[in-house]
Amino acid sequence: MKELLIILVSSAIVHNVVLSQFLGLCPFFGVSKKTETAVGMGGALVFVITLSSFVTGLIYKFILVPSGMEYLQTIVFILIIAALVQFVEMFLKKCVPSLYQALGVYLPLITTNCAVLGVALTNVQDEYNILQGTINGFATAVGFTISITLMAGIREKIQYNDIPEAFKGFPTVLLTAGLMAIAFFGFSGLI
Amino acid sequence: MKANTPAERLVNGIIKENPTFVLVLGMCPTLAVTTSAINGIGMGLTTTVVLAMSNLMISLLRKFIPDGVRMPAFIVVVASFVTIVQMLLQGFIPSLYSALGIYIPLIVVNCIILGRAEAYASKNPPIPSLFDGIGMGLGFTLSITCIGAVRELLGAGQIFGQQILPLAADGKMGYEPITIFILAPGAFFVLAMLAALQNKFKVGAAKRGIDPSEGCGCCSGCDSCNNTMCKGGKQA
Repeated sequence: MKELLIILVSSAIVHNVVLSQFLGLCPFFGVSKKTETAVGMGGALVFVITLSSFVTGLIYKFILVPSGMEYLQTIVFILIIAALVQFVEMFLKKCVPSLYQALGVYLPLITTNCAVLGVALTNVQDEYNILQGTINGFATAVGFTISITLMAGIREKIQYNDIPEAFKGFPTVLLTAGLMAIAFFGFSGLI
Repeated sequence: MKANTPAERLVNGIIKENPTFVLVLGMCPTLAVTTSAINGIGMGLTTTVVLAMSNLMISLLRKFIPDGVRMPAFIVVVASFVTIVQMLLQGFIPSLYSALGIYIPLIVVNCIILGRAEAYASKNPPIPSLFDGIGMGLGFTLSITCIGAVRELLGAGQIFGQQILPLAADGKMGYEPITIFILAPGAFFVLAMLAALQNKFKVGAAKRGIDPSEGCGCCSGCDSCNNTMCKGGKQA
């Protein structure tokens, strides 16, 4: 239990997926203009990453390892993720239309989000079992949601600030991310 | 220069449509592995190999892949090459393999590769596609090596592992390394400065009436193109 708690805190805050591992930067910069969309993206990602780390864990343990095909993990994982995202999209559209309304637009973007594949590969690399892997996936996605929501909040605040012409847009966002990364550095004493 | 010749493709990838600075693609490896110049070169060349081979393969297969399953087919091709390259690196250059770690399999989801497959290789013959891949890859290599060199210089006073700035030691004057530049936040700061410089250059060029994205040096002059954004909007 204690071990799971450590994975949870470590993946969500200390080794934050965006600010210290640099995974999932495209949505982090692209979808962080408004708080609502940021939360929506985070929610979709929590859903998909938790599910995909569970499924890839299962497939790795029960199909790839017994048949000695661990080297195929990259190909297999990316296909599972792509199929899973499609499946989740169809399922939500059919069964939970309200949730589909909220998350629908973000789902197709998630297939090429490197955080999803990154988590699946880290789970294998760190030799997590299926429960630990799923917790790790959930925590990573929560960490992503925390950082993208904070980022969106800051961007809303600084939107109308008077900044030098050359720094408008992308450079300011990068500087903000850098300052946030320094702040998240402070958490490294937690574990 | 004629379009779609090998040389034109190389120049296009390295300068005109530089994937990092102009198209702003592939941000994850750009920030993650640029802690030193040598890691930048390693990552860049690995990506170049994958990009060139997958462009070639996709271009050869472009008439056989049905339109509906285009994306999954591209992903399988790219993932196969990434797996091959990963095993070669593990076998022959283990030091680079351990330095780049999880970012090697993640080349699969690098948007530069799928982007080029979709935008170029799936519509053009094999030879230009191969050179498009090489050009893009070299452009990527060049930019991330630059970022890596800046970070290594500021963060450790070295470039390619050579001590450029003498460090301060035992009361002697010297360079005090700014460690934060080889840590995570430094990546964001360096890229922010480079993006700001690029913006500055673009703003300046627009005021002087040059549209940098048109590359007036290599086409046959501004008069031949119909872009009214050119010439500072003098032409209505």
